[in-house]
Order: sequence, then structure tokens, then C-alpha cells
Amino acid sequence: MANPDAVDWDAIIRDPRFQSLHRRKGTFLWGLMALTVAYYFLLPVGAAYFQDLFKIQVWGVVNVGLLFALSEFVVAWVLALVYSRKASRDFDRMAAEIAAEYGGAPKPNVVLPIGKEVLV
Amino acid sequence: MIAESGVGENYRWVTFAVFAAVIAVTMVVTYVAAKRVRSAADFYTAGGGVSALQNGWAIAGDYLSAASFLGIAGLISLYGYDGFMYSVGFLAAYITVLLVIAEPCRNIGRYTLADILAYRNDPKKTRIVGALSTITVSTFYLTAQMVGGGVLVKTLIGINYETSVIGVGILMLAYVLFGGMVATTWVQIIKAVLLVAASIVIVMLVWAPYGFSLPAFLADIVSDPKVQARVATLLGDPAKNMSAAELGQRFLEPGLYFKAPIDQISLGMALVFGTAGLPHILMRFFTVRTAVAARRSVVWAMVIIGGFYVLTLFLGFGAAHLVGPANIASVDAGGNMAAPLLAQYIGGGTDSFFGNLMLAFVSAVAFATIVAVVAGLVLASASAMAHDLFVGVIRDGKVTTPEGQVRAARVATLIIGALSIAIGIAAKGQNVAVLVGLAFAVAASANFPCVLLTVYWKRCNTGGIVTGMLIGTIAAVGLTLVSPNLTYPKAVKAAAHKVLDAEPAKRAAVSEALTSPDPAVAAKATKDLAALDKAVAKANADLVKWADQETSFMGLEKPLFELKNPGVISIPLGFLGVLLGSLLFRDRRAEQMWNEVYARQNIGLLVSKSVAG
Repeated sequence: MANPDAVDWDAIIRDPRFQSLHRRKGTFLWGLMALTVAYYFLLPVGAAYFQDLFKIQVWGVVNVGLLFALSEFVVAWVLALVYSRKASRDFDRMAAEIAAEYGGAPKPNVVLPIGKEVLV
Repeated sequence: MIAESGVGENYRWVTFAVFAAVIAVTMVVTYVAAKRVRSAADFYTAGGGVSALQNGWAIAGDYLSAASFLGIAGLISLYGYDGFMYSVGFLAAYITVLLVIAEPCRNIGRYTLADILAYRNDPKKTRIVGALSTITVSTFYLTAQMVGGGVLVKTLIGINYETSVIGVGILMLAYVLFGGMVATTWVQIIKAVLLVAASIVIVMLVWAPYGFSLPAFLADIVSDPKVQARVATLLGDPAKNMSAAELGQRFLEPGLYFKAPIDQISLGMALVFGTAGLPHILMRFFTVRTAVAARRSVVWAMVIIGGFYVLTLFLGFGAAHLVGPANIASVDAGGNMAAPLLAQYIGGGTDSFFGNLMLAFVSAVAFATIVAVVAGLVLASASAMAHDLFVGVIRDGKVTTPEGQVRAARVATLIIGALSIAIGIAAKGQNVAVLVGLAFAVAASANFPCVLLTVYWKRCNTGGIVTGMLIGTIAAVGLTLVSPNLTYPKAVKAAAHKVLDAEPAKRAAVSEALTSPDPAVAAKATKDLAALDKAVAKANADLVKWADQETSFMGLEKPLFELKNPGVISIPLGFLGVLLGSLLFRDRRAEQMWNEVYARQNIGLLVSKSVAG
């Protein structure tokens, strides 16, 4: 394990910048999570209890149920993109600022050829 | 019936050539990788040197098991819409992984799931429960893969079951033993690329004739008499009043496979929360350097996995239309041969070179899939055994030389590998489909609540982790053992008697139809007669097989619990276990460590140091 004595964790938690990161990230993450779970479970619930709606044909033989299932893919991709943009624009920068002050920034994401010796 | 063993005798050399090529490539990769494995970090996590894109492909390679590639295409070809609902669940699961699991786990853990649990809790106790749960989940999954793989290789190239299982086992052992996570990662990447490429080629060939129009493609599916006949068989009596067009359209509507709505929701819960608790998937996040790379690798994985699952729609419906549900089910009742048979058909059919080349290629991909997934599972189990149980608990963290740790990891790999071959052979002919569901159920009910709450809940502690793991696992396994998934001899025998009682009347009706002057009626009667003979033979075989047994494996005459998937009950119970356990047993250390855990999981401080150990 790393040597935790080198870092004052309590000070990080008290730092207003960490508090702000915690608040913004928390709201955003759990909000997206709730949205994801709600949208996903509309599919099994719809397939079970709203079959008449799912059977309506809207595009040739393609029905609402099939389009809804396909929309689940699009929604999953969009949510992933939204989160990952938000994280790399805001959260990563805020985290790096705090980390730089309290114990050295986390190493940048160095991409090594697979299997390259990285032990020190 | 289509050829019993897939590839005809004349073309078997094509299959062997393609298999040999795939195996040769992976062996070269393993040879190169083996030279680079010097420390435990290399063996378990490829030294953290995997890039986000590489890891995205490797996650896809780890996750797209034979069950999802062959099983889902098969389910869609036999049951239409409901099969595709599985595909949706498998992708949606990754949002959970992306949002709340991947980054904290990267920042807190090192090699294993138990590392995450041990960070702020009593290391020995949580390592023991974490490692046991890892081994339990991986063994369920592994057994299903080994048995499924043995059957598949036997069907595809005609070598016997035991040889197939041993072959899969030895090949997998070669990758993991010599190349550790480096070789495993590359085998998974190669396999994922081959799988996606093969699927794209097949889908292009299937879809191109319709000018890549979805309604035109599906219109052909619903107007196919083979599909309409399948729906009529599935629906039974209610189908009698439906027109051919209505029957065909029914294939695109829900309800042909899932009968109980709650069961379907329960399965959805196990998929969406279980993926985030699968130890071999969690382990992949330790192979990248930072939380940012972990996040990017999940996004890549979602693109690849989601793209693949959209293709299953075309693989499944294409197989239903071109090969026909009845032909698919006659080779394998579960539909697992749908994708290989479709490949053979579009290549030119059973007697053509290209047809058999396509079949051989898809078979080799399926084989590589099984080996790659099994390798990931064995590595996860072996790391739990060596890193958590041996080094962490038995030796109290005192195996410090890199050689000693790698040796422990290799010995554990050999033990788990040998066990998996033995279990695979012992479980021959058993119904193992339930085991994949069980692996997801335990992961969702035990691992997921523990991992989630230890990184997000201040009051979570050792007592909570131990209670949650135990209650979640016992609930998921216990409810499955008393569920309709098991065979209940009394019910099987009652059904067999019913078939035999109805036989004379049916036989009389069919015999009369056979003499009908209308050739269509007579042809149908011939088919009905064959089906009747088959049903009677099966009923008689069932009566013999279960003659001395009245109760299930658990000693029950009928299921105590009506759902096939326990998730809807066992997942809340797992969470409740962590909550109550944490509140009942206080643990000052876990609370004092909270600030460190929470700060670290958010900002990833010193993560690179912690990787290097």
C-alpha cells in the first residue's frame, strides 16, 4: 500500500474545493444513475404490462417495442458520453488541483506498450 | 436435418486449419507476454500498462461470452423480441459500471475485489469473504462456460466432449500460467476483434439484399412461413384464431419467452447490478493506470459491446429467416447453433467451400471466446486464492519477493485450472444454463452492495461487509435451489404420463390424416407423426431416467419459490445485510479510514504508487 501518512486526508475532506467537487459530482452521478435505472426498467415493465402499446406498428412492421429497445442503446451511449464529457471537463480538473496541493498530482495517463515493466 | 456435427467430413480440414491459425496467433502472443511477467503486478494486472482503448476491447472480450454471442443470437432466432431484451440488459449494465464502480475501484483497489473491501475494513475478515465470493461467482460462471464450450466444440467439429473440455482447459492454462494478465488481455482483445469482425461480415451479407432498410428486412421475417409456424408452436391453442400475418408479427412482440413479468424485472436487476460485481470484470480496471483511463475504457467497452448487441438483432432474425427456427432447434434445443448455421448458409450452404469456411471461422471465434472468457475467470479466481487467501491471510502479507508472489499466483492458477477441467467433465450433460444466472445473481446480491457501500457510505464497516456477503450469497443461491430452474422428477413424470395417455387418440387422428387425398394434409400428418414419436420416446426416457426419484436435488416435490431469477428479493437482502451489519457491529478503524477512502476514491491520490506497491 501507499504510505498514507504523507497525505493529510482530513484536510482534503475539509477543503472547500473538495466539498464543492463532492457536491457537484454527487448530484450529477446519482442523478444520472437514477435516470439510467428508470429508463432501463421501462423496457421490462413495458414489455410485461403495456403490450398493447409495444405492439403498435409505426414504421412498416417495426413496432413501438422494437424502437424502444433500440432507443435503450442510444440512451446508454448518450448517458456515457454526457458523463464522460462532464467528468473530463470539470471533475478531473478539480481533482487534479486538489491532488497537486496535497500530495503531488496523480501521474498522467501514460500509455505504455502492454506488459512493459513499470515497477520501481 | 442439417448435418449433426456442423461441418461435413470433406471440409473438416478447413475447420482445423482455421482453429490452428487462431491458436497459433494466441500462442505467439503468450510467448512474447511470458517474458514480461516478472512481478505480481505484471501477473495480475499487466503492470497497469494497458491503454484505455486496449482495455475497452479486453473488457468486451471478457464479457462477450459464448452465452451472449451464441446464446442470444439463438434466443432471438427462436423467440424473437424477448431474446433481444437480453441484449439491452447486457449493455445497460455498463452504465452502472461507468458511473459508480470503475473509477472508485481503480483508485482504491490493486489486484482484486477483496483489495477494495480490505482497504478500510479488517483486512483478514474481508479478504476471506471477498475471496470466497470471487471464487464462488467465478466457479459458477466457469462451469457454465466449460460445459457449454465442450458441447459446442463437440457439435462444431465432432471431437468428443471430454477431449473438448481438456483442450479448452489446457489452452487456457497455457495463456494464464505463462502470460498472466498480459497474455490474457491480448487473447481477449484478439478474440473480441475477431468476434466483432465476423458478426459485421455476416450482418452485412444478411442485410445488404434489403438495401440496409430495417422495415424491409423485418417485413421478410414476419412473412416467413417458418417463423409463422414457430410462433404457432410456441403459442399453442390461442394461435388457432390468428392469421399467418398476425403470427409473423407476433415474433416482433414481447411475451414469447418471458411468461412472468416479475421474473423479467428480476433478471433485469441481476444483469444491471450484477455486471458491476463480477470479479473478472472489476479486475480489468486494475490493468489501467488511472481512474480517467478506467472511465475511458468503459466508454470504449460500451461502444463495442453495444454495437455488437445491436448486431445480434440481425444475427438472430437472419438465422430465423434463412435457416429456420425448427432447423436451429433440431441441432441444439437452446438455439446455440443459430449464428454458426447462419454463417454456413450465407457462405453458400452445407456443401460449399465458402459455407464451410464461414462456419469454421465462426466456430473458431466461438472457441476463442470460450478460452478467453475462461482465462479471465481463472485469473480472477487464482488472484483471490493467491493474493487474498495465501499472501494476505495465511502469510499475513509476508510474501514480499516478486518471485514468491508470482509463484503463488501460478500455483493457484494450476489448482483452479485443474479444478475447472474436473468440474467441466463431472458436469457433463447437466443443465448448466442456470449457473450463469446464478453467477450474476450472487454478484449483484453480495459483491455489488459491498463494493458500492464501502466506497460511498461512511458508516460501512467489517461487520457490514461480512453480513452482506453472507446474506446476499445465501439468499441468491438458496432461492435458486428451490426455484423452478431445477428438475422436479414428479412433475416431469406427470408430464410424461400425460403425453403417453394422450398418445392413442393422437395416433389414431394422425393415421387418418395420413390417408387423406390432400397432399398438404398428408405431408403435415407425416411431420406430426414424427413429432409424436419423438415426444413419446422422450416421455418414456424421462420415466426411466427418473424412475427411482420423486424429489429434486433439494428433496422438494415442487418449487418453493416461483421465480427463476432471485434478484428482486436477494439484491435488497444483500443491501440490508450490509446496512444492518454495519449498524450492529461498530468498527472505529473503518470510520476513521472514511476520509482517506472517500478522498482517495474521488481524486485518486498516489494511485500510481499504490499500483506499484
